[in-house]
Amino acid sequence: MIYKAILFLPLIGALIAGLFGRAIGHRAAEIVTTALLAIAAVLSWIVFFDVGFGHTTARVTLLRWVTSGNLDVSWGIRIDTLTAVMLVVVNTVSALVHLYSIGYMHEDPSRSRFFAYLSLFTFAMLMLVTSDNFLQLFFGWEGVGLASYLLIGFWYKKPEANAAAMKAFVVNRVGDFGFALGIFGIFFIFQTIGFDQVFAAAPDMAGKTFNFLGYQVDILTTLCLLLFLGAMGKSAQFMLHTWLPDAMEGPTPVSALIHAATMVTAGVFMVARLSPLFEHAPTALEVVTFVGVLTAFFAATVGLVQNDIKRVIAYSTCSQLGYMFAACGLGAYAAGVFHLFTHAFFKALLFLGAGSVIHAMHHEQDMRNMGGLKAYIPTTWAMMLIGTLALTGVGIPGLAGFAGFHSKDAIVEAAYAGHTPYNYAFWVLAVAAFMTSFYSWRLMFMTFHQSPRWKDGHGAHGHDDHGAHGAKHGHDDKHGHDGHGHEPHESPLVMLIPLFVLAIGALIAGYSFKEYFIGHDYKAFWAKALYEGPNNHILHDLHSVPKWVAWTPTIAMLSGLALSYLYYVLAPGLPAATARAFRPVYLFLLNKWYFDELYDRIFVRPAMAIGRFLWKGGDGTVIDGTIDGTAATVGKVTDRVVKLQTGYVYHYAFAMLIGLAAIISWFMLGLGGVK
Amino acid sequence: MSLVGNNLLSVVTFLPAVFALAIATLNKEAHGNARWFALWGTLATFGLSLLIWINFDPSNPGFQFVEEAAWLGPIKYKMGVDGISMLFVILTTFLMPLCILASWESVQERVKEYMIAFLLLETLMIGVFCALDLVLFYLFFEGGLIPMFIIIGVWGGKRRVYASFKFFLYTLLGSVLMLIAMMAIYMHAGTTDIPTLIEKANLPVAWQTWLWLAFFASFAVKMPMWPVHTWLPDAHVEAPTAGSVILAGILLKMGGYGFLRFSLPMFPVASVDLAPLVFTLSVVAIVYTSLVALAQEDVKKLIAYSSVAHMGYVTLGIFTFNQQGIDGAIFQMLSHGLVASALFLCVGVVYDRMHTRDIAAYGGLVERMPIYAVCFMIFTMANVGLPGTSGFVGEFLTLLGVFKVNTWVALFATTGVILSAVYALWLYRRMIFGVMDKPSLKAITDMGPREIVVMAPLVLLTLFFGVYPAPILDVTAQSVKKLVAQHEMAVKTQRSAALAGQQK
Repeated sequence: MIYKAILFLPLIGALIAGLFGRAIGHRAAEIVTTALLAIAAVLSWIVFFDVGFGHTTARVTLLRWVTSGNLDVSWGIRIDTLTAVMLVVVNTVSALVHLYSIGYMHEDPSRSRFFAYLSLFTFAMLMLVTSDNFLQLFFGWEGVGLASYLLIGFWYKKPEANAAAMKAFVVNRVGDFGFALGIFGIFFIFQTIGFDQVFAAAPDMAGKTFNFLGYQVDILTTLCLLLFLGAMGKSAQFMLHTWLPDAMEGPTPVSALIHAATMVTAGVFMVARLSPLFEHAPTALEVVTFVGVLTAFFAATVGLVQNDIKRVIAYSTCSQLGYMFAACGLGAYAAGVFHLFTHAFFKALLFLGAGSVIHAMHHEQDMRNMGGLKAYIPTTWAMMLIGTLALTGVGIPGLAGFAGFHSKDAIVEAAYAGHTPYNYAFWVLAVAAFMTSFYSWRLMFMTFHQSPRWKDGHGAHGHDDHGAHGAKHGHDDKHGHDGHGHEPHESPLVMLIPLFVLAIGALIAGYSFKEYFIGHDYKAFWAKALYEGPNNHILHDLHSVPKWVAWTPTIAMLSGLALSYLYYVLAPGLPAATARAFRPVYLFLLNKWYFDELYDRIFVRPAMAIGRFLWKGGDGTVIDGTIDGTAATVGKVTDRVVKLQTGYVYHYAFAMLIGLAAIISWFMLGLGGVK
Repeated sequence: MSLVGNNLLSVVTFLPAVFALAIATLNKEAHGNARWFALWGTLATFGLSLLIWINFDPSNPGFQFVEEAAWLGPIKYKMGVDGISMLFVILTTFLMPLCILASWESVQERVKEYMIAFLLLETLMIGVFCALDLVLFYLFFEGGLIPMFIIIGVWGGKRRVYASFKFFLYTLLGSVLMLIAMMAIYMHAGTTDIPTLIEKANLPVAWQTWLWLAFFASFAVKMPMWPVHTWLPDAHVEAPTAGSVILAGILLKMGGYGFLRFSLPMFPVASVDLAPLVFTLSVVAIVYTSLVALAQEDVKKLIAYSSVAHMGYVTLGIFTFNQQGIDGAIFQMLSHGLVASALFLCVGVVYDRMHTRDIAAYGGLVERMPIYAVCFMIFTMANVGLPGTSGFVGEFLTLLGVFKVNTWVALFATTGVILSAVYALWLYRRMIFGVMDKPSLKAITDMGPREIVVMAPLVLLTLFFGVYPAPILDVTAQSVKKLVAQHEMAVKTQRSAALAGQQK
């Protein structure tokens, strides 16, 4: 019952706000959805302690879904520790984001629609994490994609928002293409798509091959890689990442909930959930590690030079997701999920903090037009500071630190213990940690420190943006007309309380849970939710790495901080000078490795061109040309037919009837040659 | 039940024709009466047809509600439905009242004749799915073209004559060949009784290929399959809204139904031999027409091309010869009957207001038409096969079935998942989202009560069958199971018989 409540309360909220939002008014819609989510969040924590520490697991079947031959899929709820962790993450962040949005969106004319979408998203995400089979996982997967699409495009008058929403959906579909093929393959091999049945049969399939696209390939490696393509799309990994930065066009609470804390981590969740499959597919795991490490590095480099405050955090998210995948690929699923767990708190904190900054700056998002905000919005500053400390992983090895310290350092250590070729995973992740620290502090310094750059006329900038934002609709309209003037102002309490709660998470989530997630008690805690092969001791090994390895991320973090301090506080002329000196590199990074341009050239434009060519050339000239040509004589008739107008169809009808009469008489007269 | 007795199918089939006759007797100026007569007629038919579903026994794979009467010598009047055909009858009777309602205001010319055409069309369409005799089937199958033809030709758009001309050329070729093939079947088997032919036609393998091709010519045009699909976009564009609904919702399904009723059971060996041809054409259809849809500037054409792509999944599923594939194909046809119909109705809503199908003439509709935007969004998502909508179940099952048979085909067909998202969302973005800056749209109004009544059942069913498809899958399961088993058996015995024949 409690499980059903957790699952369906958000759906009920979404339906109430969506269907009756106009009738009951915005305020009521806000309160109903937020209250239902808050209840779901509290229940989630109860379940979390019950399942994680009481070691109960549960399966609930709700309703038959697709049955065809030997395929039999039901809607159901599967509760184990992994699900419980996700429930806590999803519902907590979602409840806080709901609350925050009451403040952030408070003058938007269609807020009840916004809250309906938020709750709908939460429901889809819960379906995803509680699924007991591949199909429901896919349902949740695409459901969150839909919600993400709707929320990115929430301000539908902004062309950029519409473009970003569509891009997010389509790029995710590219991943889902692989995911879907993976499911077909799973059914083909296992004759079922239930998790338990597939997992039970997986060991027997290890090392066996099947025919795929004409090649004999390893079964589990192929299936895992196909499924992983889905994970890459949803979690914005290298090559399929392009939608995530653009998704920042959506309202900031959306970025915090969907594009930082929950939906984008679904890929990591999937790999962890399918650990019984991946563990038998070592090659697939190597690919997962490689993609994760590459993304962690790539996104961090791009994050170094971005100027939009939200995009910096977006690339940071992309990079941190890379860390999580790297951990999973190395077999340290627990470490990956632990980072997912802590990351949800501090990244949501950073995003909501950024939202508070944007709110204060009248919808200015460019950090080049900020600076010196610490004096105006000290609470936001303090919260962002906690988030930054957590993200960069501040702490003392062997002792304690902020949330990210415990989880990220564990991944870097696992990368060392995992013995990748040349230890590449370890070194690259360490460098990425350095860059993480650099860009995070760069954000802090450019936004809150330095001298204010918004006083000299930039305040008006926000106004210009209103036009671009298309904005009678956007909530942004109010600021120009109220009494605030252009002085940045601290956000209301309804927005700050979520920040406080998340800050607590960013402070203690790492230290308090580390023993359960990845420490001594991890086996009891996870029970059977995560699977480790008999030769997988990485979670044990990562605690016994050399001292210098344990210190490496901390040193990387400190050097990043130092360099950032030098660049953005001590010698503010340096960034521009560096950018000039390494202009090609700078442009390469600023343009995000030119992925958008590349994809535009090789996919978008050719697809449109081919479509037009096939239409005009294929359908028009070749097919219709042939047919019209064959019927040239009849074609001449059409001229007359046009004159006859509708009389023509009667001719046809007449011809048909004569034909029918002929065939019937043929039968009647027994000409059919009956034996 | 006593009223309709044992002739439920005949009553359902001919009830619309009776109403058509009644309308024919009406005064020429009585437009309102004609509409109400048609509405009540179609509603009554729908209500009666539900009795078929209620009394249908899903555990019986054979034909039910069978009626038989002597008719023309060897040709009998024989009707009956099984799990494959029954739901198409329901789909037809369900869509008809919606069509009548959708034409309520948009058709002002020759209302009486319009309603008569639609009611006759309904009789003929139901007949197609119920007929259990070759000649009877042919009669309904080809007869249905006449009213459709008239509907496009009389109440169509500007280029209606060109469209109906094209329609004519394509379908004529197909039907002539099918007719000849039917004669050949009769000559060999000595009966036109469909159940008998299904059970033990045992046509010579050498004949099968030719007969299969002849039927294929007719069904492929109906589907329509690439490359004989080009009549469809033109027909849709010119047809009035309700005509498009029937075209997409029912007429396109006759091809798929034909494959299941005739090609697979009667020409099993040829079906297996020629499956690669079907696969190739289907995959080309999915990729090709999806790309073409991307380039369209006319809403109706875009949806028409999208229909062709979706029918590609149906033909793929049918020729997998396995349970999931065929279950999926039937489900896909039924779901497409709801979704494509709904999309055409959506187009009709704005067409009635603006009298243009040009996508560029719209933009920002959500501003003034929020209810419309929600409906359109749901059907767009169903069209791209989002799980939780009916569009997903069929697509998923067919692809699941296809993967078992050929991974290359599955790979290419699955790209449709990406392409459909691109063209459907691109359409939605251009029409519904954005700033409403066109002066012509400033006064556009949201859907009225009549339009909501038309749309609501489609919305509900699209979502309902996405979440709980069991009512449909349960009906089809046993009949499909039998079809698959029979087909497998027939291929085995006929192949070995052919081999033995060669060795002699």
